Amino acid sequence: MTQTAVAKVDLTNVKPYGDTMNDGMMELAFTLPVPHGEEASEAAKILARKMGLDEPNVVYSKDMDSGFTFFVVYGKCQHTVDYTTIKVTKVEVDVMDRLECGQYIKDNIKRDVVIVGASTGTDAHTVGIDAIMNMKGFHGHFGLERYEGIEAINMGSQVPNEVLIEKAKAVGADAILVSQTVTQKDVHIQNLTNMVELLEAEGMRDKVILVCGGPRISHELAQELGYDAGFGSHTYAEHVASFVLTEIVNRGMI
Amino acid sequence: MKSKLNLDSGVIESARSCAGRIAASMQEFIDRHTTVSTERTVLRLLGVDGVDDVETPLPNVVIDQIKDAGGLPRGAAYWVGNAMIQTGLSPQKIAEKMADGQLDITKLPLASPKEAEEKIMPEVHAALGKIKEQTAKRENYLNTIGEGRKPYLYVIVATGNIYEDVVQAQAAARQGADIIAVIRTTAQSLLDYVPYGPTTEGFGGTYATQENFRIMRKALDEVGEEVGRYIRLCNYSSGMCMPEIAAMGALERLDVMLNDALYGILFRDINMQRTLVDQFFSRVIIGYCGSMFNSGEDNYLTTDDAYEAAHTVLASQFINEQFAVLANIKEEQMGLGHAFEMDPDIENGFLYELSQAIMAREIFPKASLKYMPPTKFMTGNIFKGQIQDALFNLVSVWSGQSLQLLGMLTEAIHTPHMHDRYLSIENASYIFNNARDIGSEVEFREGGIIQRRAQHVLAEADKLLHEIEEESLFSTIEQGKFGGVKRPRDGGKGLEGVCVKDDEYFNPFIPLMMGGAK
Repeated sequence: MTQTAVAKVDLTNVKPYGDTMNDGMMELAFTLPVPHGEEASEAAKILARKMGLDEPNVVYSKDMDSGFTFFVVYGKCQHTVDYTTIKVTKVEVDVMDRLECGQYIKDNIKRDVVIVGASTGTDAHTVGIDAIMNMKGFHGHFGLERYEGIEAINMGSQVPNEVLIEKAKAVGADAILVSQTVTQKDVHIQNLTNMVELLEAEGMRDKVILVCGGPRISHELAQELGYDAGFGSHTYAEHVASFVLTEIVNRGMI
Repeated sequence: MKSKLNLDSGVIESARSCAGRIAASMQEFIDRHTTVSTERTVLRLLGVDGVDDVETPLPNVVIDQIKDAGGLPRGAAYWVGNAMIQTGLSPQKIAEKMADGQLDITKLPLASPKEAEEKIMPEVHAALGKIKEQTAKRENYLNTIGEGRKPYLYVIVATGNIYEDVVQAQAAARQGADIIAVIRTTAQSLLDYVPYGPTTEGFGGTYATQENFRIMRKALDEVGEEVGRYIRLCNYSSGMCMPEIAAMGALERLDVMLNDALYGILFRDINMQRTLVDQFFSRVIIGYCGSMFNSGEDNYLTTDDAYEAAHTVLASQFINEQFAVLANIKEEQMGLGHAFEMDPDIENGFLYELSQAIMAREIFPKASLKYMPPTKFMTGNIFKGQIQDALFNLVSVWSGQSLQLLGMLTEAIHTPHMHDRYLSIENASYIFNNARDIGSEVEFREGGIIQRRAQHVLAEADKLLHEIEEESLFSTIEQGKFGGVKRPRDGGKGLEGVCVKDDEYFNPFIPLMMGGAK
């Protein structure tokens, strides 16, 4: 048997890769609240070692202001990960494109599907909900407004949870989309939780498909908070639509 | 100066005069109306400040009582002037007594409007004197310690805690920033009052309060003296309390104020009648105190496509310019907004951005153009983000922008960390220095991509302006022509705070601040 020129990855012991298998190379950038100097660089190295990086190397340091120093540090990670045992909760659905979604509605639901969405609470950002709902969509992925058989109602930003629920009731929504962009001090968690509580109090939670989305939202977090699904970065209208439509059929909400 | 873009001055003139007619017809509406926030502003300028025992700001206490008694159409200046005649108290004392329930100023004997106006004039002149002192102080700093070169490096702080903001702001100034904007806490724009006192809690930003303005002003003056450069302070004269914050900003020497009714209508769903009336008084104040306003056209490109909707930005800049002219604002104080927001995957996108940035400069030669960085297509890939910001910086120095809101490589991830700001200032300083005179060195091929792009955008803007003139600004907004966002004339927040002035209404500040221009 001929020897391979490069070491093969051992998936039970995965390490970062720089240019050689298992070299463990990582780069970090951070600021320490100490004045620039040799002691500061030593502090950065000690910290890197504590983080599990061997041979830490401060490749750059810069005085930020009196009392703050910025570092770029390289080091070799000692830790490994067993990739073979990882389980991630993901939205399990066959993604259909816009036209397939339209056909799916015609074939399986046979009526218009109503979806109401908003950026709720104090969140003033519409970028997320607009990307999913507005005609134009985002980066070539058209939004729900352009889907045949879907009536998409985008209520915009800073919509109180109560108002969104009222609207959902009034239009008989099949699904509610909640967008959260601001996550400072976990304001999104409080707001998303409050939404679920209000829906439960109204006795509506089981009657709608409840979905949240935003750059810091994962499906796992969404499920923990009582949502049917969560969509993070790099998901578009077709992902949300495919999930909602499939759920409608699976739950017999036709 | 010869146009590098071969722009037709006839089209520019056509668009500008059309915008002038649009603004003038809106001004007729504005002049007939006042708002609760406009009247609270009169009180703030008269020195009414503080809160009652349930934290309601005294200007709100007074105006709410006047409004409930049906006295709003007469204006706060009359009621306070009359109360001064009848009680012999100062405006502040009158407000305090009203908060304690000891005085109802609408139930006092009524002097004539002329008498009330005469009574109040010393207070009005005292307020103008305070503002003039601040303006003189700014002038003095600019003449002694000086300022950074344009494009000014403009960064934000947004910790939620004013004292933490001070640490970040001073660090940023030492790293080279020229303008510090304190981002407001999310949703402050929708509060129909201005919170009071120093604040240490906020989401995605810090409350705009007069005390917070004072704290940051002092910190920036200190660091400015230390680094030998005047450091400008920016905040938001926008939202439901637009003119009140302009007044607070004038009194505390803010240098830049974000101020754009169209932005509030489209992106904060504030009622269009309310905010257009509010915008007028706020711009009069901004014009008078010598600060700059920033308009928010850049935001259209975050909801609409930056390539397709470029002409809406230009059309709105023309309208904002003309609204500013009506408020007697000098061109140098007009911080018209635009942005570098095209999809980075567009072939020749850099050429289009360059073309549009130079176009803005040629059309508004003296304006303090505010150029906004890429945000919509920032992905979390901080390394690519740094390059996107580099291209943005290159366009800026090339086209001679005035205020450069620095892009952050960590845009779309979190509010800037201390070193994000440093990396961003380093990026801009490097490029500005390295390409300083590229704008005066390079000319463009006649009829080439760059020239044609600007000519096209200008022609489209002119067309849109004529449509707006035909249909009125209100109905244009109702149809969603800006930012792709539709807002009804009677919808949104704050309409209940608008009323038609009565025949005896007066606001003594407006004619004095406009120096006889109105």
